[in-house]
Amino acid sequence: MRSGGLSRTPGYVLTGGLAILFLFPIIWSAVASVSPSAGSNQVFGYGFGNYVTLVDFGAGLPTYVWNSAVVSILTVTFVLATSLIGGYAFAKFSFPGKNILFLTTLAILMVPYATLLIPLYLMHNFARTLPVIGQIASMNLVWLALVLGVFQLPFATFMMRISFESVPGELEEAALVDGSGSFGVFRRILLPSVRPGIITVGLFAFLAAWNEFLAPLILINSSTEQPLPLALVNLRQQTMGAVDFGSTEAGVVVMAIPCLILFLLLQRHYVQGFMSGAIKG
Amino acid sequence: MTSAVQARDVPAGRRLSWRRSRQLSGYLFVLPTLAYVAFFFVIPIVLVAWMSAHVCQLLTCTISNAGALNLPDNYGSVTDSDLFWPAVRFTIVYTVLATTLLVGIGLGLALLVQTPGRWVGFLRTSFLIPCALGLTTASLLFWGVYSGAIGPFGFVLDWLNSVGTQLGLVTQTSQVSFLGSPNTALVSTTVLVVWKFAGFYMIILLVGLQSIPREMYEAAAIDGATRWQTFRRITLPLLRPSIALSLILCITGSLLAFDQFYILTKGGPDNTTVTVVQLIYREAFTLGKMGIGAAVSIFVLVGLLVLNAVQFRGLRGSAAD
Repeated sequence: MRSGGLSRTPGYVLTGGLAILFLFPIIWSAVASVSPSAGSNQVFGYGFGNYVTLVDFGAGLPTYVWNSAVVSILTVTFVLATSLIGGYAFAKFSFPGKNILFLTTLAILMVPYATLLIPLYLMHNFARTLPVIGQIASMNLVWLALVLGVFQLPFATFMMRISFESVPGELEEAALVDGSGSFGVFRRILLPSVRPGIITVGLFAFLAAWNEFLAPLILINSSTEQPLPLALVNLRQQTMGAVDFGSTEAGVVVMAIPCLILFLLLQRHYVQGFMSGAIKG
Repeated sequence: MTSAVQARDVPAGRRLSWRRSRQLSGYLFVLPTLAYVAFFFVIPIVLVAWMSAHVCQLLTCTISNAGALNLPDNYGSVTDSDLFWPAVRFTIVYTVLATTLLVGIGLGLALLVQTPGRWVGFLRTSFLIPCALGLTTASLLFWGVYSGAIGPFGFVLDWLNSVGTQLGLVTQTSQVSFLGSPNTALVSTTVLVVWKFAGFYMIILLVGLQSIPREMYEAAAIDGATRWQTFRRITLPLLRPSIALSLILCITGSLLAFDQFYILTKGGPDNTTVTVVQLIYREAFTLGKMGIGAAVSIFVLVGLLVLNAVQFRGLRGSAAD
């Protein structure tokens, strides 16, 4: 937009209107969650009745939030641990089979979620019967986090690879000459330089895991182990007759808050990480 | 891809062992990725092909006993299902609609927020915020927005219905609603998706816009090009790689749509908004026919691979320009 005198005001009005269009639904849901509505726990006047419903339903809101938090943190851990050293290897080392493994990792992107979830469901049942692995696989949330992690792996590995590649070789070389091992170089020189990449990958993995619906729908049977999104959709479906829209919108607010806080806090890093060439060309 | 470390001079005798140890470290660092990809991607892909060839009932199917071999029938019954072709058609219609709108609107937004500044910063954040929400959250949110009971547009529906009743276009049983008829359900769901993802495509296209050298625009200005000419002859051609990337991501994502339809329309009304992934879920987990679900998902996988191959060829062609 040119900064001409006349074209400015209509420009502000138009773009401001667009911004409101994008912000409106979020603001509306926050207002609706405390507004009176028929069939909810908040029939008269404004208040937090819908949140009371939310806290008490099923196994209780704290359980579901806890489940979601555990799955999200585990997913971030698995994804970061794997893609950090993996991306380092792909960027700075050459070894036979490197390209095949990298392309196979990227190929995960091309495979539909559902295609993988069907066999992973079967593998989960099988893994639970095994001697040692069974201990881990029986922790359904750990299994769910491993499954969610694999869908994040292509983006994470790609992102970490280009982050490491953009660190100048001289830095690393100097440290190697000074007698640092590969791991020392990694920890002291490279890790601080790839921080925007780490934040982007971590944020992506967290948001994806916190919000995932289809995988827990298929993999989690017990109602006490449901993550929040699944529990909320079930809350909505269980209410027979009058539908409780109010508490659903309260649930939307609870789901949205951590995402919005993280997003606003990390927005700069995240957009920067994106812009630094993740998707150029 | 030769890093500076390898390229440096090392005494000839030590070179081999140096390379060996670098190789070994490389393998060591990549080991978790290898294990992860092998167990959670390669094995499942082989397994799903195996399952698609067997009866494999939800409650009895195990890895060691997937039921009787049912090879032609599993794949045959996929296309026999009354829902299959309608689901394929619906998914394609939705993909075309969502992709056109998302990439078009994403481009419009990117052009709006090109030049940095405080106001533009606010705009970027506003357009991006819906991306931070999950699709499930956004779907539940819009489920409320679209409801006659608490939705902010309830009065519009009431008005439309009362006018429609007077004109004889609407009856008690055919009230106008956002999700009630096949077409409005499709449009309403697409609106949700556009709201949720437009900012994401804005960012991708913004990165592309900002990689166009300023000199190009200056040269065009000197030649007296109009805004439209500049956009048509400079911006669009140089943006082709970013547009192609947006198209690939958007088409793939839309073809795999599930959450938004599962939550907003449940495939209704009358199974008119069933997508192929919903069909997979329905066969495998609602009807318990995992073998057939696996077969449908192999169909989708192959379709997607072919489509992506075609698109990547297009992307490579445009990148060479």
